[in-house]
Amino acid sequence: MNLNRLTIKQAQEKLANGEITSVDLTKACLARIKEVDDKIKACLTVCADEALAEAKEADKRRKKLGAEAISLPLLGIPYLAKDNILTRGVRTTAASKILENYIAPFDATVIKKLRDAGAVLLGKTNLDEFAHGASTENSAFGSTHNPWDLERVPGGSSGGSAAAVAANICLFALGTDTGGSIRCPSSFCGVTGLKPTYGRSSRFGLLAMTSSTDVPGPITKTVEDASIVLKIIAGHDKHDATTPEVEVPEYSEEFRKNIKGLKLGMVLEYFDQVTDKNFKEVLLKAVDKLKELGAEIVPVKLPYAKYGIPVYYIITPSEVSSNLARFDGIRYGLSSDQVKSITEVYTKSRGEGFGSEAKRRIMLGTYVLSAGYYDAYYLKAQKVRTKIKEELDFELEKVDAIITPTQPTVAFKIGEKNSDPLQMYLEDIFVTGPSLAGLPAISVPCGFSEGLPVGFQLIGKRFNEGMLLRIGHNYQEATEWHNQKPSI
Amino acid sequence: MQLSKEEIQHIANLARLDLTEEELEKYGSQLSNVLSYIDQLKEVDVTDTEPTAQVTGLKNVFRSDEIGEWNKKEVEDALNQAPDFENGQYKVKRVLE
Repeated sequence: MNLNRLTIKQAQEKLANGEITSVDLTKACLARIKEVDDKIKACLTVCADEALAEAKEADKRRKKLGAEAISLPLLGIPYLAKDNILTRGVRTTAASKILENYIAPFDATVIKKLRDAGAVLLGKTNLDEFAHGASTENSAFGSTHNPWDLERVPGGSSGGSAAAVAANICLFALGTDTGGSIRCPSSFCGVTGLKPTYGRSSRFGLLAMTSSTDVPGPITKTVEDASIVLKIIAGHDKHDATTPEVEVPEYSEEFRKNIKGLKLGMVLEYFDQVTDKNFKEVLLKAVDKLKELGAEIVPVKLPYAKYGIPVYYIITPSEVSSNLARFDGIRYGLSSDQVKSITEVYTKSRGEGFGSEAKRRIMLGTYVLSAGYYDAYYLKAQKVRTKIKEELDFELEKVDAIITPTQPTVAFKIGEKNSDPLQMYLEDIFVTGPSLAGLPAISVPCGFSEGLPVGFQLIGKRFNEGMLLRIGHNYQEATEWHNQKPSI
Repeated sequence: MQLSKEEIQHIANLARLDLTEEELEKYGSQLSNVLSYIDQLKEVDVTDTEPTAQVTGLKNVFRSDEIGEWNKKEVEDALNQAPDFENGQYKVKRVLE
C-alpha cells in the first residue's frame, strides 16, 4: 500500500486505529517526492528533517491524547504549501530571485493554524513568480510539469501545489487564489481546488499580490478533504482586518444532505465559448449528472462578466505595483552590489530581482495609477467591478450556486502561450468574476478530453462554502473522476 | 494606444525599475497591446455606479495603537534578512550628497 496515495479522510482512519503512524505517512510522501519530483518539479524546497521531526511529534501527541485525538483531524497529515506563504525557518521565495534566500521570521496565520492542528509541513511548492500567471512558467526557478503530460503546464499560479496533489506526493496542499490561481491548476491537474470567500481565511503572512482579492485555500484529492482543511484554516484573524467574524460551520453535516431540488444556474454563454467539442461534451455530461442527482438547472445570463478580464488587469497590476514597492533591497531580499547611490539600490535591486511578468505588472500598474490616467483606468475599473459583483449577487439570489467550466481548455503545452501576455491573461476568463466579487468557488474534476483532465466550477454566495462542498461531494459520491490518477 | 520609449522610461523611473534597452522596447509594445484590450471598458455605462474597493462590507476596523512586546528572536531573525545593519538599525547608502 502506498500511503502517499491516501486521502486525508482515509489516513485519519488508519492513524486513529493505529494501523499507521504519521512517520510512516511522511516517509511515504518523502519517498514519492524523491521518485517523481525530478520530472514534475512541483517542490522548490523539501524540508525532510523538519517534517520527520514534526511527524514524530504528531505521533507522540496522538498517543498522549488517546481517543481525544479525533478532535484534531489533521494531526500527523503531511502537506505542502505554496511558496508565497510564509513559513518560519523554512525558505519562502515566491518563486522570485528577489527572495531567493529569504527566511521568514514568523508563520502565516494559515500555517500557524495547521501547525497547531498537528499537520506536517513537507516543503514549499512552485508558482508563477509572486503568483503572477496561469501556467507556473513565470517561476524564476523553472516551470512545473503537468503529471498527466510532462510537456504541458500544470496551470497556475498554484501549479506546484496542484501537480503535487495529482501526483500523490502529499496528502493535500495549500494554494492562494487571486483571480483563479487555485481553480485553474486544479482543473488542469484533475484535483479539487477551493477558493474560499474573500476574508474567510486570513491573508496574514501571504506575500501580498492583490490585497483586495487574495485568499488562501486548499487543493485536495476530494471535496470532503477540502472541507476538512477549510474548517481548520478559516476564521477571523486579529492580524488581518479584512476577515469578518463569521462563524465557520461544521461542514461534515452539509455532506449528509443530498442535492435534490437545489437550483443550479448554468451560464450558457460560457459553455458556448468552449470551442473544443470533446471538452464541451465532458462538461455537459457533468451538468447532466448533477441533474440526475436532483438539481434543477436554470439558465443564467451574466452580461458584464466579459469585462472581468479587463477589470482584473487594471486592478491587479495596480495593487501589485503598490505591494511590490516594499522590495527595496534594504530590509530583506536581493540587494544589488553594483550601486553608487541610494536610488540605484532600489532600481538595480528591483531590475535584477524581478522577473519579466512581475516587471510587466509593476509597469502596467504604475501607468494606470499615474497622474492623468487614474480616473480613466483605475476608477473606471472599480466601477465596472461593482457591476460584475452586483450581477453575480443578483443571480445568486435566485439560485443555490452557479455552474461554469473552470477553464476554456485543457492544459496547454509549455511555451505555447508565454510569448504573448494577453493570450495568457485570457485563460482567466471564467475565474476572475468570483474573485472580483469575493465569492467562494470550487473546481471539481469531471472527466477527460484527449487524456487530460477537465473541471467544472461552482460559484456560491459569500461565506456559503458549505453549499459548494455539498454539491461537489454529492457529485464525487456518484462519479469516479476524482479517483483517476496520472500514471507517472 | 502606442506608448513611446520616453513614456516607458518615465514609468520605469516612477516604479524604481532599472530596465535594459531590450526590456524598454518589449514592454513598450506589450503594454500598448494590453491597454488597447483594456480600452473596451469605455463601452460600459457606469453613471451613478459607486466604485468597489473591497467586498467584505466591513467598515473602519480599529484596534488600539499600543506597542506590544515582540519575540526577541523573531526581531533578530527579521533584522538578519537585511544586507547591512548595525545596532538594530538598517544601514543605507548616503541619502544627501
